Amino acid sequence: MNDAVVKVDRLTKHFAGRPVVEDLSFAVRRGEILGLVGPDGAGKTTTLRILAGVLPADSGAARVADQDVIRDPEAVKSRISYMAQRFGLYEDLTVDENIRFYAELFEVAAAVREQRARELLAACGMTPFQRRLAGQLSGGMKRKLGLVCALIHTPQILLLDEPTTGVDPVSRRELWSILYSLVFQGVTVLISTAYFDEAERCHRLLLLHRGRLLFCGTPAELKGKLPGAVLSLASSEPRRLRAALAGADGVLSAMAMGDALHVVVDDPARRIPELREQLGAAGLGFGDITTMGATVEDVFAYMVSRQEAERGR
Amino acid sequence: MNWRRTVAIGRKEFIQVRRDPRSLLIAVLLPLIQILLLGYGARLDADHIPVYVYDQEASQNSQALLKHFQASRYFDVIKVVDNYPALVRAIDADRCKLGVIIPWDFSRRLDDAHRTQVQALVDGTDDNSAQLAVGYAQAVVGAYSDDIQLQWFALKGISQQATQPLSVDYRTWFNEELESKNFIIPGTIALVMALMGALLSSLTIAREWERGTMEQLIATPATATEIMMGKLLPYFVIGLFDAALCTAFAVGWFAVPFRGSLGTLFFTTGLFLVVILGIGYMISVATKSQLGASQYALLVTLLPTSMLSGFAFPIDQMPAPIRAITYVVYSRYYVSALKGIFLAGSGVRDLAPEIAAMAVYAGVIVFFATRAFRKSLR
Repeated sequence: MNDAVVKVDRLTKHFAGRPVVEDLSFAVRRGEILGLVGPDGAGKTTTLRILAGVLPADSGAARVADQDVIRDPEAVKSRISYMAQRFGLYEDLTVDENIRFYAELFEVAAAVREQRARELLAACGMTPFQRRLAGQLSGGMKRKLGLVCALIHTPQILLLDEPTTGVDPVSRRELWSILYSLVFQGVTVLISTAYFDEAERCHRLLLLHRGRLLFCGTPAELKGKLPGAVLSLASSEPRRLRAALAGADGVLSAMAMGDALHVVVDDPARRIPELREQLGAAGLGFGDITTMGATVEDVFAYMVSRQEAERGR
Repeated sequence: MNWRRTVAIGRKEFIQVRRDPRSLLIAVLLPLIQILLLGYGARLDADHIPVYVYDQEASQNSQALLKHFQASRYFDVIKVVDNYPALVRAIDADRCKLGVIIPWDFSRRLDDAHRTQVQALVDGTDDNSAQLAVGYAQAVVGAYSDDIQLQWFALKGISQQATQPLSVDYRTWFNEELESKNFIIPGTIALVMALMGALLSSLTIAREWERGTMEQLIATPATATEIMMGKLLPYFVIGLFDAALCTAFAVGWFAVPFRGSLGTLFFTTGLFLVVILGIGYMISVATKSQLGASQYALLVTLLPTSMLSGFAFPIDQMPAPIRAITYVVYSRYYVSALKGIFLAGSGVRDLAPEIAAMAVYAGVIVFFATRAFRKSLR
């Protein structure tokens, strides 16, 4: 990828002797939204921190916005924006004071600051709260304020660490619409999320599990990785169904999802009767079996179970 | 160093102090309380020492001696008792510090032998006050003794002028009234600066870590030096304000003379603040917790400043090893400068040694402080 604005090569980071990011390589194109997807402990935060220049790596190379962040982590900081997972703004400062503080640190001219702040606050629906102390904002509004502060200096690359965790659906939508408009202006976004449904909104995904890269590609490519099909078994006790199906022929993975069990099978036409028979013999009742489109989460669960099976071998 | 970012950080820090009642208390109220408490409380003068008298003779002569005690501003004659146990009880019960016993043959011996004695019992619990009490008592008795001598000379027809062949005609400089408040209050400003400066600056970096704002700050282009300077700037200004406030109180309320220039005062105060704030900042960087940082800060600033700076306990009177230690106690140079500026009217040239010592200290502290903080998590 020649037009890559982020290029990571064999990045590794250990904490207390345990690898948190292991041998990670990927590249991001300008104007792309790259989603870092995975459960807690996958290494999303560590990766973003290294790219933002706030945490040194153990080994490997990383170039962000034409700067080598491993050698000179300070050079990249004026070109990018990083929003930490934990709300990092000053709760005893007002919304306006926080925005002004970050604008000054990035040397944004006062006139530019005022115009951008006005636009961004309006886009977030936060215009009426300019004089409110940041500590008195709701969780979603704090996140949005963090985004406003992160965007006040027009970064080339935006690194967002779980910006939507604990945010209400309306604020989440506003956040995403801001991200799309940024991408339209040529900004590159790296966003981490533990929500798989959100991953579908990204251009490309980086599936991480325990510090290792499982997959890198578009959501459509990801779904194509799934052999066979996903079946949904309606049941009030999906966990018991899952236990009963462990190791069954043709069952690639199974995951409890609310009042249903999602089962990935190699050949649905052949396996559906087998499943009915097997569960019936075990005395477990269940409702309809439906074939459904794979979600990112299904593929993730399948990939994790396959990786663990390989390691166990 | 980028001034715009430095000022932005300073401005933010100032807003936080203004909105935090605890910090405000430390910045404004604590200096006032300190100067008032120490101005009133930390006095080493002994006056109005309570006295009990057991006058065994009750003669004209013993009454005259008693009057001398009553007239002295150093003594308050509380009671004249008529038995020895009552006097002992009064000392035991701390009703008096000095017991004066005039013997039953006081006048007779004066007439016969031209010599007589009175006994004084002193409560020596506080050696400093006891020594002062004995000294004052000797002076009172001595004055009465002179009176008697004059009367005798007069009887013999000798002129009064010829009585004292030799005497010291002394003048006290700088603290004419020899009042300990003039000695102590200027040094109190050092104590105020040490407490206020160290407490507030020790919180700055630790607060960012505790509140989780540090990660975001590290991700900005602000350099470590800009962060340090910006964070300490407001406390430097507050420190100078507190120095002015304390000086106004010292002069306006406690009537301490101020003979030097405000320029010299602010110059030396500025140097001292650089040292104190630098120390507090380094502690804050090292501990990352507000509580721990403030405790360490008190230990390394307030303690040496109150004990070893000579602010109340003169360094000349300390044992040699302790005196040697005081040379590394940065506050001693500031305390010495403060006393010079207030009482002796010393200027920058007179204070050159103190200023040089503080400048060296400030240089070393700034050197290490600028290297203390690294813009990195963990």
